[in-house]
Amino acid sequence: MTPKNYFILILIIATITVIGCTDKNGESENANKNVTENKSIPKQTSNSNTDDSQQDKPFGDIIFEGSIGDASNLIPILSTDSVSHQIASHIYNGLLKYDKNLKLTGDLAKSWELSNDKKSITFHLKKGVKWHDGKIFNADDVKFTYETIIDDSTPTAYDSDFRIIDNITIIDDYTIRVNYQKPFAPALNSWTMSILPKHLLENVKITESSLQRNPIGTGSYEFVKWNPGESITLKANKSYFDGRPNIAKYVLKIIPDSTTMFMELLKGNLDFMSLTPLQYSKQTNTPKFKDNFEKYTYLSNSYSYIGYNLRNELFKDKRVRQALTYATPKEKIIESVLFGEGHVATGPYKPDSFWYNPDVKRYEYNLEKAKELLTEAGWEDSDNNGYLDKNGREFSFTLMTNQGNSNRAKIAEIVQENWKKLGIKVKIRIMEWATLINEYIDKRNFDALVMGWSIPLEPDLYDVWHSSKCSGKNLNFICYENDELDKIIEKARLTFDQDKRRKLYYKAQEILAEDQPYTFLYVPNALVALHKRFKGVEPAPAGLMYNFEDWYVPENLRKYSLTQ
Amino acid sequence: MLPLLIGITLISFAVIHLTPGDPTQLMTSMNPNASSEVSERLIKLYHLDKPIHIQYWEWLKNIAVLDFGESFALDGQSVMEKIKHRIPYTIYLNIMSMILIFIIALPLGILNAYYKDSFFDKTSTVFVFIGFAVPTFWLALLCMYFFGIKLGWLPISGLMSYNFENMTLLGKIGDIAKHSVLPVGVSVFGSLAGISRYARNSMLDVLNNDYVLAAKARGLPEKTVIFKHALKNALLPIITIIGLSIPGLIGGSVIFESIFSIPGMGQLFYQSVMMRDYPVVMGILVIGAVLTLLGNLIADILYAIVDPRIRYGKK
Repeated sequence: MTPKNYFILILIIATITVIGCTDKNGESENANKNVTENKSIPKQTSNSNTDDSQQDKPFGDIIFEGSIGDASNLIPILSTDSVSHQIASHIYNGLLKYDKNLKLTGDLAKSWELSNDKKSITFHLKKGVKWHDGKIFNADDVKFTYETIIDDSTPTAYDSDFRIIDNITIIDDYTIRVNYQKPFAPALNSWTMSILPKHLLENVKITESSLQRNPIGTGSYEFVKWNPGESITLKANKSYFDGRPNIAKYVLKIIPDSTTMFMELLKGNLDFMSLTPLQYSKQTNTPKFKDNFEKYTYLSNSYSYIGYNLRNELFKDKRVRQALTYATPKEKIIESVLFGEGHVATGPYKPDSFWYNPDVKRYEYNLEKAKELLTEAGWEDSDNNGYLDKNGREFSFTLMTNQGNSNRAKIAEIVQENWKKLGIKVKIRIMEWATLINEYIDKRNFDALVMGWSIPLEPDLYDVWHSSKCSGKNLNFICYENDELDKIIEKARLTFDQDKRRKLYYKAQEILAEDQPYTFLYVPNALVALHKRFKGVEPAPAGLMYNFEDWYVPENLRKYSLTQ
Repeated sequence: MLPLLIGITLISFAVIHLTPGDPTQLMTSMNPNASSEVSERLIKLYHLDKPIHIQYWEWLKNIAVLDFGESFALDGQSVMEKIKHRIPYTIYLNIMSMILIFIIALPLGILNAYYKDSFFDKTSTVFVFIGFAVPTFWLALLCMYFFGIKLGWLPISGLMSYNFENMTLLGKIGDIAKHSVLPVGVSVFGSLAGISRYARNSMLDVLNNDYVLAAKARGLPEKTVIFKHALKNALLPIITIIGLSIPGLIGGSVIFESIFSIPGMGQLFYQSVMMRDYPVVMGILVIGAVLTLLGNLIADILYAIVDPRIRYGKK
């Protein structure tokens, strides 16, 4: 071949590549436009008191949601990742669930009552509930689920709340009594756990069960298929006991990169995704975006904090911790890290929750006050080198956080800058997650940390704040020990009356606010974009998805028609 | 080769087990629901309580009969199943890119050598080095935005449309082809520099050889000299490159795969390392080691076949 021919060859290849790009008409064969007339099926409700307007909501369309990660295991007691639980929440039901205002209400149980000694709970189950394979759900399934969770060969992380159960008695097919060793208020929450089908899991090892990848539940959606790393598809359960959902199919698409996901959203391949604060505040204000998508925001179930190792002499004095909090510009952190999409945190509860105490001591950014407190605590710059010292020891420490969370790194830098103004020398160390946990947190070998907690719906503070959780690998790794708080936490665990329990937690929040074992930073907003054709969406403290079954797409706005 | 392989696995096994953290961490650390015994129970379940040399011995015995074991991840799949699911994506993309790289870069390098220091040589050099220097993820995102959204010509991510299963065969091929353009294009652009520079230098070396001068002196036409005598010899080192790229076929880049959301080997490996999923990590490392050794062997054999000098040298 001559050089010229080679040139031509290259040109041809280049052209082929370009032609490959220009095949725009292929679009028409793309995605789901298998046009077939679809008549909306009259809604069959097993539940007579559903309001009538729901009857008119048309059945159809598909919702595509984007997710950064894939699910791991669709038997929810075996998985700990949020994606698996998100999918499982459509497929399974617990005995109880949280309503839009985060109050417990019946799900598979139609009612429940406590015995007088508060030691046993009796659940009355709904009748006529069917598993997706047609078998009838009854009390045996509940007992079986309990037995599976506490079985030593089940690798579950959710057993602790079930191990305190003394025994479970089946009274009849639809009544079941759970007897606890002692009264335990957080117990009710544990019955939001998905109930598993006994007839399918009875004689198989749960870790070898096919239900891990082909789940069968009682929920509003049935499992269709799972292409690992690509997508998970569910379809509406037409005989769902609470009335069939209106959206015919739910597809979770796995796209590990959030920028790519955002582009897929813009292109119309996704209907629903969480936005980063940057996307929410800066990249979604174009007319095209606003024409197609609605943005929603609600408080997420998590908070960020700076935790101080209270075994370290530096942080033993409460005034020092208060001073550090005074010198932490929370508002500014929210502004620069979250683009303003967050709320100042004052304690371990969400500001819009039932348990949140709005009247605790607040620490507005105030360097003067911080300096005063430090002087009071004996910290002075006696050698005039710009840094505080006391008894010959300089005020310097290391602030650690984990890799891969740029927000935490930014927070560390902001507080480093601010605390420097007080004369405190802060070094920042960012470490891989497992190393941080194993070598530093579990060994209590750190000064201060920037971390976050998720806020569970059950308000119990025991695991993170009780002094007994200071030892070993437990979660009170800052070793906060306060007798008064211990007593309150213990008492709250025995208190079933919500208002009385709330009073106890109000007090607990006051103590934490006064002592500042953590500098509570913020509760970020959850930010989502949803295609405008979905109606019936009402953000509430519980978020957006709590009434997913009631979402619908008016027939004239429908994007996808189903062939079946 | 076998001792080498065992050596590789021994070192990998030791290193991955010595990194802080263990597979139970993901489930139990920072999780208030997990009772304190969970972690211990899981460690027993995965046999992580035994001394490391015994664990290695057990693992080695299983490997000898090609049993890679089961993943520690929560999905409880076997290592082979996981790899089997991921590997087609990675191999497909890598083979496509490699073919294109060779088709474009080899002639480009040779032409560069032939027209050394010409305008063409200089511009193409700048071009391939831009490809080499530009961060892949950045270029990928720009292309995705431009071709996927601005122009709307190409799908943005993945290798198949959601309704792939319902397509006709022709539709399927077209669908994959369209989805491949961006990922393959971007990776080809980034890898042109290596091969084309290699080809250019090896051609230049050859052109300076005495036998080329001799051929010219014999009055042979320029084309015959270049493409018959010089080219053959210039292509010899390419065999080494082909051999060395065999293990690369199963390796994927995490960033690249994440951006194009392709469920390939890179993502699998990265996630397994982050989760301390020892069996999967070791499985991938073993396959990689075998392929590397195999690639070297193939390169050596091919060399001996095509280059008589090497064969004679050994006699």
